[in-house]
Amino acid sequence: MNNLLKNIVRFILFLLVQIVILNEVPPIHQFITPYIYFLFLLWLPFGTSRISTTFLGFVFGYSLDLFTKTPGLHAAVCGLMGYLRPTVLNLLLSQEASEEVTKEPSIATMGWGPYAFYAFALTFIHHFYLVLLEWLQFGNFGYFIGKVFFTSIISLLLIFSVELMMNRRKLKR
Amino acid sequence: MKNIIGFIRQNFTFFSFLILQILSLVMLSSNSKSHETFFGGWSNQVTGNINRHYSSWTYFFSLKETNEKLIAENASLRNQLGQNFVGFDSSKKLGTLILRRDSLEKIRKFYYYPAKVVGNTFTLQKNYIVIERGSKQGIKKDMAAISPGGSIVGVVVEVNENYSTIMSLLHRNSKVSAMLKRDKIAGSIEWDGSDPNILVLKNISKSAAPKVGDTVITSPYSSNFPAQLMVGRVTTVIQDPSSNFLTLNVKASTNFFNLEYVYLVENRRMEDQNKVNIKEAGNE
Repeated sequence: MNNLLKNIVRFILFLLVQIVILNEVPPIHQFITPYIYFLFLLWLPFGTSRISTTFLGFVFGYSLDLFTKTPGLHAAVCGLMGYLRPTVLNLLLSQEASEEVTKEPSIATMGWGPYAFYAFALTFIHHFYLVLLEWLQFGNFGYFIGKVFFTSIISLLLIFSVELMMNRRKLKR
Repeated sequence: MKNIIGFIRQNFTFFSFLILQILSLVMLSSNSKSHETFFGGWSNQVTGNINRHYSSWTYFFSLKETNEKLIAENASLRNQLGQNFVGFDSSKKLGTLILRRDSLEKIRKFYYYPAKVVGNTFTLQKNYIVIERGSKQGIKKDMAAISPGGSIVGVVVEVNENYSTIMSLLHRNSKVSAMLKRDKIAGSIEWDGSDPNILVLKNISKSAAPKVGDTVITSPYSSNFPAQLMVGRVTTVIQDPSSNFLTLNVKASTNFFNLEYVYLVENRRMEDQNKVNIKEAGNE
């Protein structure tokens, strides 16, 4: 499938999953709100420039905001994620690998360890900034860190289960 | 100039990132009023619940005293009823419960609701009282609160379904119109934030010549408080040579430390009265 087309489909698909399914799930616990929509940003091809990930993050987050009626909240968070993504990738990969345009981050292209670190770092940044912006002054720090941490873990579980499903499909082909 | 443009071009990515962040934060904060009220109402519900549990304990231990107060109040109410029916001439005393009683029509101006106090502070600069009675039970904003003894307590400032918040007289921004009982000269009751027993009566004309021990009652000018409710007694008179007004320290007759019940007073003509008040202010 064409790279651009594939990403457009993902953009819509992840938004829909987040809005229609995950935002409607009754909260299991006060700590846990499942988030997975930002997987779109994690899966952009390696070579995507910093400025385009930043803008894409902003647009993507803002389109989620339109549904959740919190204009600017997810836009700010995804903008930050998009801006920091190349930094994290550069930490983990060699110069050539991080400029490859045809491939995208996954377990197959990066290996378990680096991919797990990459996903965890960006997920943690996402949740930390999101909860910070949501609460602002309601700061009981232990509760804050607890919420960020547990929400990150739930998101990671979701991310890896999605990852495994995709891999299985690849093997069948 | 060239350097500046060069600098911006070099860090173009970073600047566009900053601009996007600022843009989204502005969008977020311009919307935050609705968040604020949402969280305000929500936290009120939660704190009200906690306070209710706490006060259900303390309530038990002071039942005896509360009963005594209730009995005393019932007695005073009965007295008022008797006066209503017998002495139509003593119009002054009539004023506390039903303001005007015509022989042809009866109009009720003030209506009283009882409410239980579930939260109370008196040590801060801005003290609030939380009561377990809200919009579902007929409480509205700006209703006056009086204690069972008939002295004034504060004004309702926030209402949700089952709980309301009263701005106590012990609040920096509290302001109630009051007068000296002896010569009916009006001023305003405020609080300076120091002693929860002592209120300050400001803007009393120097012609008043008040004495220590004089009674201070609410004036007929207030739109939420009925007239002639007890406020307190004068303890000191502060002479200020530089102004035309006196400032009086008043010992509050309400005991804010052990409030358990309050009565909320609804003025059924408050809107009409306020409309006229605003017009007057506009003319000045």
